[in-house]
Amino acid sequence: MTVPAAAEPLSGAGAAGGGAAPPARGRDRRPPAWPLLIVVVALFAVFPLVFSDVTTTSIAVYTLIFMVSASAWNIFSGYSGYLALGHAVFFGTGAYTVALTEQDWHVPAGWAVFALMPLAGLVAGALAIPVGLVALRTRRHTFVVVTIAIFFVFQLLAFNLPFTDGTAGIQLNTPLWSAYTYNEPFFYVTLVILVATVALSWAVRRSRFGLQLMAIRDDEDRALGMGVRVRRVKLGAFMLSAIPVGMAGGMFAYFLGAIYPQVAFDPLFDIAVALMAFLGGLGTLAGPLIGALVLESLQQYFTLTFSNSSLYLIVYGVLFLVVILLMPRGIVPSLGQLFASHRARAARDGGGDATVGADVAGVSG
Amino acid sequence: MSLNDLVHAIIEGVLTGGVYALMAAGLSLIFGVMDIVNIAQGAMVVLAGYLSYSLSVHLGIDLFVGLLITVPAMFALGVVVEWGFMRRLREGDRTSMSILITYAVAIIIEGVLSVIYGVDYVQLQASYVNQSVHLLGFYLPYIYLMGFAMAVVLLAGLYFMLYRTKFGRGIRASLQNRTAADLIGINVNRTRMLSVGIGVAVTACGGMVFGATNAFNPGSGYDLISRLLAIVILGGMGSIGGAMAAAVLLLVLSDVVAVAWSPLWAPLVFFAALVLVLSIRPTGLFGRQAVRAQ
Repeated sequence: MTVPAAAEPLSGAGAAGGGAAPPARGRDRRPPAWPLLIVVVALFAVFPLVFSDVTTTSIAVYTLIFMVSASAWNIFSGYSGYLALGHAVFFGTGAYTVALTEQDWHVPAGWAVFALMPLAGLVAGALAIPVGLVALRTRRHTFVVVTIAIFFVFQLLAFNLPFTDGTAGIQLNTPLWSAYTYNEPFFYVTLVILVATVALSWAVRRSRFGLQLMAIRDDEDRALGMGVRVRRVKLGAFMLSAIPVGMAGGMFAYFLGAIYPQVAFDPLFDIAVALMAFLGGLGTLAGPLIGALVLESLQQYFTLTFSNSSLYLIVYGVLFLVVILLMPRGIVPSLGQLFASHRARAARDGGGDATVGADVAGVSG
Repeated sequence: MSLNDLVHAIIEGVLTGGVYALMAAGLSLIFGVMDIVNIAQGAMVVLAGYLSYSLSVHLGIDLFVGLLITVPAMFALGVVVEWGFMRRLREGDRTSMSILITYAVAIIIEGVLSVIYGVDYVQLQASYVNQSVHLLGFYLPYIYLMGFAMAVVLLAGLYFMLYRTKFGRGIRASLQNRTAADLIGINVNRTRMLSVGIGVAVTACGGMVFGATNAFNPGSGYDLISRLLAIVILGGMGSIGGAMAAAVLLLVLSDVVAVAWSPLWAPLVFFAALVLVLSIRPTGLFGRQAVRAQ
């Protein structure tokens, strides 16, 4: 029952139409998703009120920051099939934008600093244009390598440019909020950014623009032949995905209260967002969110419990290997597949319309 | 900057360039045969450096003699990684997936090294590391000359193996067309496994010389791999001769920048060259493989 499409490469990159089809067609059969969505957002919103322990809410803020990052990364890499391993450039740029503007403009620590987050996003988005123009001249694996190289250029710049203070880093003024509820403003502002990011991802997915991106993922030359302006579409998606990552970086800097080149421009960030998306399901809406939720909360828990980040590196690497080798399609598509084949079986057992069953099975493949 | 400094920088660039050429040739060989970008190459160099470190510090084995142990060990690691992970990737998007897989391997190596050795910098020590030879009016540690000589010998050996032996012909055949190589009776799987083994084994030598000429810690692999990737792309992915030429060119350039400007900015040469070349010629300077691979 689950034969044909299972043999496809996971992202559907390079494969014929089937790769893009399951989520798109499956969506039309499902009941509307927005009641579920409201429930999920509400659950998130009451989370810090229920689990008000400072350690827990602190883990929650970091987790939200990475949910934003993974979801935004997916807008470009998940939908277009181009693996970008350099989004830490935008994360770090956002972090330094907030740190430097807070200092230079003497923004009073408190709620006002949150107003700098859109600026962090814009700077990251603007930076994505020249970076994208260079990197997107290449395709596939050369693109991956070029994004890695560009990342190291920016890490080097962060260490050596005069205004970043090098390894000494920049200390931010932190707000004088009560220690007991200190994390809550960070939590809610990041939650707002997350909702906006997911909305952006959803809108891209539904739009003609998103279809063009997925056409590029499936067969770029054919998409070009069909009249898709591939360079413009790719660059646009690259820029769109950089903006929320920049905002996440800004939140990260403000929440941490200090920023250093090796923390803001961390090669592990590049690989972490990719792993989160892969774990949850590359190119799906919910996948990167679930992947980030699982991985980042685990990482924070690990770091706090064992206080040895080296052990965490090993766990991370092993997990990554296992996911890519055993579950290359990720949690969400795998579950969707289970669900669809279950429905198909139910339809057939109930003597229902056999063609529907066969169709669903084919789609879920 | 005096003319003297410039000449010194060029000599040092050529000498270290030889060692980088060796490591980059391994990377290029793996890419050529497998279509796999081994991001873990940098971490493997560092791992080999630590192996040499342990052998010399704890067992008192000379660095060059220790290669008799580290080269087979790294060869075995390459074979295991190929067998365990690389060959399990599907053909379709093997290259992109391989970057993720080998990145994960690099992270695991870094984690294991950090747990065992900690994150403090170490450097390999030996009499020929600390003593210098007077050459053309400059003082150079012996290790630079010995490392360069070893790299040249090994590169020549690699070249001989690839172009003058039956096994090398098998490698080049599987590099050009897997199916055709299969049809004429070449065991492609075995050839690939051994090629990856060889490509990783050269990091044992590279790691020893790197560790003797630089202080390193478990995180040094990132810096290394970004340089090696720049070399390999500049030389054209899959072209071993191109990797050698690009390595010497870039090392000389970066050493000159280090002297003329500041050592801090020397790594920028690698990336600037990379971005420049890719903007003009996306296949790299000597690229032939890259055209097909794209």
